Amino acid sequence: MNFTFTEEQLMIQQAARDYAQRELIKDVIERDHKAEYPTRHVKALAELGFLGMLVSPEYDGGGMDTVSYVLAMEELSKVDASVSVIISVNNSLVCYGIEKYGTEDQKQKYLRVLARGEKIGAFLLSEPEAGSDATSQKTTAEDMGDYYLVNGTKNWITNAHSGSIYLVIAQTHPEKKHRGINALIVDKNTPGISLGPHEDKMGMRSSDTHSVMFTDVKVPKENRIGEDGFGFKFAMSTLEAGRIGIASQALGLASGAMERSIAYTKERKAFGKFLFEHQSVAFKLAEMAVKVENARNLCLKAAWLKDQGLPYGFASAMAKQYAADIAMEVTTEAVQIHGGYGYVKEYHVERLMREAKLTQIYEGTSEIQKIVISRELLK
Amino acid sequence: MKILILIGNVPDTTTKVRFNADKTAFDPTGIQWIINPWDELALTRAMDLKETTGGVVSEIVVANVGRQETEGTLRKALAIGADKAIRIDADAKDAFYVASQLAQVAKGYDLIFAGIEASDYNGSAVGGMLAEMLEINSVSAVSGIQIENGNVKINREIDGGSQTIALPLPLLAIVQKGIAKEPRIPAMRGIMMARTKPLEVVQPIAVEPKTNITVFTLPAPKAACKKIAEDQAKDLIYLLRDEAKVL
Amino acid sequence: MSVLVYIENWDGKLKKVSFELASYASKLASEMKTSVAALSLGAVEESELVKLSAYGISTLLVNKDERFNNLDNQAIAKAVARAAEKTNASVVVLAHNNLGKAVSPRLAVKLKAGMVSAVHGLPLSIDPFVVTKMMFTGKAFGHVAIQSEKKVITLSSNSFGMIENQVTAAIEDFDPGVSETDFITKVEQTNKITGKVLLNDADIVVSGGRGMKAAENWAPIEELASLLGAGTACSRPVSDEGWRPHSEHVGQTGKIVAPNLYFAFGISGAIQHLGGVSSSKVIVAVNKDPDAPIFEAADYGIVGDVFKVLPQFIEAVKEIKS
Repeated sequence: MNFTFTEEQLMIQQAARDYAQRELIKDVIERDHKAEYPTRHVKALAELGFLGMLVSPEYDGGGMDTVSYVLAMEELSKVDASVSVIISVNNSLVCYGIEKYGTEDQKQKYLRVLARGEKIGAFLLSEPEAGSDATSQKTTAEDMGDYYLVNGTKNWITNAHSGSIYLVIAQTHPEKKHRGINALIVDKNTPGISLGPHEDKMGMRSSDTHSVMFTDVKVPKENRIGEDGFGFKFAMSTLEAGRIGIASQALGLASGAMERSIAYTKERKAFGKFLFEHQSVAFKLAEMAVKVENARNLCLKAAWLKDQGLPYGFASAMAKQYAADIAMEVTTEAVQIHGGYGYVKEYHVERLMREAKLTQIYEGTSEIQKIVISRELLK
Repeated sequence: MKILILIGNVPDTTTKVRFNADKTAFDPTGIQWIINPWDELALTRAMDLKETTGGVVSEIVVANVGRQETEGTLRKALAIGADKAIRIDADAKDAFYVASQLAQVAKGYDLIFAGIEASDYNGSAVGGMLAEMLEINSVSAVSGIQIENGNVKINREIDGGSQTIALPLPLLAIVQKGIAKEPRIPAMRGIMMARTKPLEVVQPIAVEPKTNITVFTLPAPKAACKKIAEDQAKDLIYLLRDEAKVL
Repeated sequence: MSVLVYIENWDGKLKKVSFELASYASKLASEMKTSVAALSLGAVEESELVKLSAYGISTLLVNKDERFNNLDNQAIAKAVARAAEKTNASVVVLAHNNLGKAVSPRLAVKLKAGMVSAVHGLPLSIDPFVVTKMMFTGKAFGHVAIQSEKKVITLSSNSFGMIENQVTAAIEDFDPGVSETDFITKVEQTNKITGKVLLNDADIVVSGGRGMKAAENWAPIEELASLLGAGTACSRPVSDEGWRPHSEHVGQTGKIVAPNLYFAFGISGAIQHLGGVSSSKVIVAVNKDPDAPIFEAADYGIVGDVFKVLPQFIEAVKEIKS
């Protein structure tokens, strides 16, 4: 056992913290209010290498380990989960999926630009009638010989507008059920793709979410990832990795809310005493700290397993479920500690609370995570 | 053109300052160490110069006097973009001692940057001492620097305004706020490349410091703030005259 | 053995800090039971120099070579070193300002002297020679012993004060022993701050923070400062936003000031800011947030709107002045 971080991991944590505390903080409230995409930040973070930090340097990535990724995601999410979800989707869903399962040609063509952050990726799994159920895909990818013809609608797609490289999960052989599903790399500019309106979300408003409609979209066969019918396995494997990103995001929301609460209780007085001198408040902080530390350890454990090349699906499901649920609890308590100030935008914690809610829902709801965890227990 | 940057390893500027029981030493428990803020700005400006002058700046080297635990600071400088780091393996005893050690490794540079002071001991001395030891020119309170045809053009603050001056090289520039807008954040690529960049460890020379700190003290705690109501603000001015006697 | 003090001038006049330095050096000399000499370099009016005799300076070495006005570190350090040798100075006192900080380390190496900067007040003891020095940007002090025979110190402004002590001054022409090659700084342009009190010299500083909301809201701060003969300053976010120049930023990474009176309008008082102002004798804070940390450091405070308080302050100062 070794709980110390390397100098490099700490440097990445610090870099993320510096960027978040120096730059993201400046306009995060305004962007949330206007639901404005963080174009400038995505460009800057791409230049710093965050958009492809997990990708091997061979494909223009940062070559960093998943532990560093957890640390970076936590720091960015303390301030701005909209920005961190863009990074998470790009890194741990799209880049990860292509790097792990893509062909050399696909990597040269798509992974490099994604790792450099010149193009942003989106992961298209959810559908109107099947949120988290990857087995029943209504979107079809009909085998037309040398291409697939894609038809259908995908919902709740992060980076749908800002992104330009789509990973689309679609059904080719309905009779084979989930074994008939394929994963395709689709250029957003392909004719037949149209976007639904920008979703007016409760939180993470600075990231763009749309539904995406496919009408007779032709996708070359060489853009399929893996063998025919590999799509479901691909989606499951990719989501396992993605969960570490979202778990770390939830962790950051919780620890960010906790840090703000600690600072607030040290500067504000009630009944002649600093807030932290009231035991009811101090105990809340203690409970927050235990939850945050637990979530962090779960995230790091999952990341460590992944870095060691060991199975980590069980660990990442636990991290995601726990971190998301405590993010909701901790941010809610943070608003409570801040009282009236917590309910206004200037103090950030109300936004963190709105954002925390989404971590319990997307990339597999907390309930889905519990299914994954319990199945593992009963194997 | 070769640039050397003197790097100090200092406690994070938000640190609450504590000392050991007999008040003879700084208590480093729980302290996060950072690059001295002005040194980091100097490095940022040096990187800008390297990138914008089209090959005029050939090498950026960073150097400090410190034990092994200060290497994190040097590696961060490498990650930001310095080409090489030098650590002189000794405790930074006083300004004279530090400058004497740096003088061993600081020869042959066209431009040396030092921060206006270290944010811990506020000495404001190492840069000037080093320039004198190297017998090169120095300029202080530098808030801007450009390289033009092998010469440097400098903006410096003076007591009473600011100046634009020209100086020949070699030169030691003691820099302050304004030299660069904000310190650079190291990129993944830089962090990765720092792994393979040279970090040379040099043994110290024998030299005696000329000063030593005998004891640290903390400022006396302030009496409670006397509050005046917003609509009685004028009274405060009268209090300043009649009670505090500062007007 | 003697004490030498380097007296600065600007625009033909002695700087205000010079009188504090003179007071300090003459007091230090009397504690050391020795004599004091002052050195002035560069073009400065004769009528200015004689003012020093009111602060205990009896020997004044003067060289009016205008080239010194270019503030060439190496030339000035060389001249001061020569004066130190000539007067057999065991302690050389300089100001802890831009020029003093630039010259003193070079001088210390030339004289093989130990150097301490940002000294507060007189030495705690002469033998051993121990001074109090500001550290951690005002968050702490240290007692520093200088072991070398010769010592160079820079004095924090306003840490000692001016003490009148009329003596008869003899003015001596001083040969600085510098040549043309020592003057290498070519001044291309000088922007003088005119009609304003210099921040380092100011007895009173009026400072604004983020609570001032925008650059265009600074008029009442400037008006109050001008009525009080005060310098203007700001907190870090204000200079970062470009509302005010960097030269006005006080705090950890900006300037450290220690006026008799410091006004903080709309400054919350981050630890980095407090470090830069904590040596001020009296701090007045105005902030809408009753729990802003600035009130912990302030002597007088108003919880309220800066834009309502400033006009009242201006009115009251006008009443006092009339």
